[in-house]
Amino acid sequence: MSRLHVVSGKGGTGKTTVAAALALALATEGRRTLLVEVEGRQGIAQVFETEALPYEERKIAVAPGPDGAAAGDAARGGRRPGEVHALAIDAERALLDYLQMFYKLGSAGRALKKLGAIDFATTIAPGLRDVLLTGKACEAVRRKDKQGRYVYDAVVMDAPPTGRITRFLNVNDEVAGLAKMGPIHNQAQAVMRVLKSPETAVHMVTLLEEMPVQETADGIAELRAAGLPVGGVVINMTRPAVLGTGDLDIAARGARAGVAKALSQAGLGGARRGGLAERLIDPLLEQAREHAERVDLERAEHAELTALGLPTYELELLPEGVDLAGLYRLARELRRQGPI
Amino acid sequence: MTADDPTLDAPAPWLEVDALLDDPGTRIVVCCGSGGVGKTTTAAALGVRAAERGRRAVVLTIDPARRLAQSMGISELDNVPRQVKGVDGAAGGELHAMMLDMKRTFDEIVEGHADAARARAILDNPFYQSLSAGFAGTQEYMAMEKLGQLRARDEWDLIIVDTPPSRSALDFLDAPKRLGSFLDGKFIRVLMAPAKVGGRAGMKFLNVGMSMMTGTLSKLMGGQLLRDVQTFVAAMDTMFGGFRTRADATYRLLQAPGTAFLVVAAPERDALREAAYFVERLAAERMPLAGLVLNRVHGSGAAKLSAERALAAAETLTDRAAEEDGPDACAGSAPGEAENLAPDGIVDHGDGKAASGTADGPSPAPAAPAGHPPVSAEQLAAGLLRLHAERMQVLARERRTRDRFTALHPEVPVAEIAALPGDVHDLDGLRLIGARLALDPTHTDTSD
Repeated sequence: MSRLHVVSGKGGTGKTTVAAALALALATEGRRTLLVEVEGRQGIAQVFETEALPYEERKIAVAPGPDGAAAGDAARGGRRPGEVHALAIDAERALLDYLQMFYKLGSAGRALKKLGAIDFATTIAPGLRDVLLTGKACEAVRRKDKQGRYVYDAVVMDAPPTGRITRFLNVNDEVAGLAKMGPIHNQAQAVMRVLKSPETAVHMVTLLEEMPVQETADGIAELRAAGLPVGGVVINMTRPAVLGTGDLDIAARGARAGVAKALSQAGLGGARRGGLAERLIDPLLEQAREHAERVDLERAEHAELTALGLPTYELELLPEGVDLAGLYRLARELRRQGPI
Repeated sequence: MTADDPTLDAPAPWLEVDALLDDPGTRIVVCCGSGGVGKTTTAAALGVRAAERGRRAVVLTIDPARRLAQSMGISELDNVPRQVKGVDGAAGGELHAMMLDMKRTFDEIVEGHADAARARAILDNPFYQSLSAGFAGTQEYMAMEKLGQLRARDEWDLIIVDTPPSRSALDFLDAPKRLGSFLDGKFIRVLMAPAKVGGRAGMKFLNVGMSMMTGTLSKLMGGQLLRDVQTFVAAMDTMFGGFRTRADATYRLLQAPGTAFLVVAAPERDALREAAYFVERLAAERMPLAGLVLNRVHGSGAAKLSAERALAAAETLTDRAAEEDGPDACAGSAPGEAENLAPDGIVDHGDGKAASGTADGPSPAPAAPAGHPPVSAEQLAAGLLRLHAERMQVLARERRTRDRFTALHPEVPVAEIAALPGDVHDLDGLRLIGARLALDPTHTDTSD
């Protein structure tokens, strides 16, 4: 079982939501998960409907029991409820921590900051920022308590989008190549060992649309080429098909009168030519044609995803958007389709 | 905030895209917005429309979908604008397009500003190679750099820019300044070794501090990386002032009256929230915002029939079919439909249908498997009605999110692009999007 779940996907596919749902899904039966955010967008806070997260690990949600029982029930049953903790990693703070930890740089660290060195390191220096972000996540993965147990059963990372994910994760390799010795080199190597191990799984979130599917396929090829462990594909925001092309063919082939009659019988006006029900048919059929076209496209995209040969998970579109209740529903759904 | 507050009820002003494109004063259009909202496609569609209306336009795309790039003939990453074939030049316009090559752009700056030997030294430096291959900020900086170059060439009377898929939509405004101020800043001088800063007596203490600093840096980065960085910095020395100047010049170009920002968003909560941030940020930076492009907006030709009525009618029809044919006939047609017979299932697609759509394996949808028995007119009508109800719910949701944006920013003109069922990857599709974008919303059929 992987312990570091990296969730990527094209922009707009809902990767933050999926990462949050996954962290909840993995936090059953008293497990504890950490959800980390690396892009400074405060997306996690928005999904969990709380105030902005500081650079500090804090409990953000309690997971329901495996059978959907409320946390209280699980506790009465003798099991601890699961917990989701969250952390918004800030590269600058991570660097200062890191300097503090290894070099006891109190005032020198501040001086570096004044000079713009921290800015340089966290925003411009090749990959340093990414080393710090992935490094912090890997540290959480490997952290143990006094009894030698892992502090977090799983760490879920809301990672950069597909286009940048391989470079983001592989940046340690790049940095290790640039800095051929020294602490940065060693740190980069250590992080890379975790990222390339079976402990890590990189999941892709996609929609059943052409561009996200294409990017998913490209992204997976890149990850594989870089030797990074690919996990599953989460197909997000799927919509049920109400009518298929076959039905529409029937409609086009003269079922019109029958449909008009049916609409009329359902109380939607006259079925005769020019009647209210009859006038509804064209716009309704037009919508149905668009729907069928979309269903066909989705089916083709789905086949392409299946051909990738990876485990897939599907999450239905929540028509009213994802509120907290919706998030728990998605988590249940992931668990039902799991293990992820 | 009462319902008859005029600022809440007034529709957003209409963003007249054709007027914007036709105005010879418009020299730069920047399409920005969060990821996945269709920025690149919108930029390309604007380019096609502007060219066919007589402008000499160039579209600078950052990371286009492969097939979109192919349709414009720019699948090669060679950093040079190429004329797009198939664009109607009857009005005297033409369209060029290019895809940004970050590294190439950076290399060109180096080659253009240093003598051959120095340029070689920089290009071969490992630190430079990583920096130019696209770490944080480089793409944004290079996009703006390229924009400045295209503008300076003055070959086109309209430049349309797509913005990079950044961490946040605001990055491309910040990154050039950040990179510029770094390359121009104090830290560089520290790296340039203490000797350069020292000399003046009053700076002695600083000198000591600096060598301590380089010592720390050396410990941290490893001596060899520090040396690479120092060589890089030394070689780039003459260009640093240039970077800052160029970043500032591009920034001023963006503020100039000939520039128009279009914020692209999908009518979804998150995208519009980002759009609102963006609008506020542009105002704070005194950047000229032309308006909001709302992409993939749904309409209906039968908007008078409400979702509730459509669902009620569908239910009536399904009940009737069930009475006439017995329960089996209906259950046999399509599992998704059968589940909808449960009274709640129609309204709530969330649970029941997820189960049927996902648990059965690869098929994304239970509808119309090959050879499934033909549906009756009632079932067909019920299906049409359910689809319509779904569409009306989407419409209502989109309207709510849009209204929320409009309430916050009533002054921002809005143009809408009616949703297409599939993706666009040819010139005809881009033309269609352009036409939809230019459509006056008060003349569309969504109002009745």
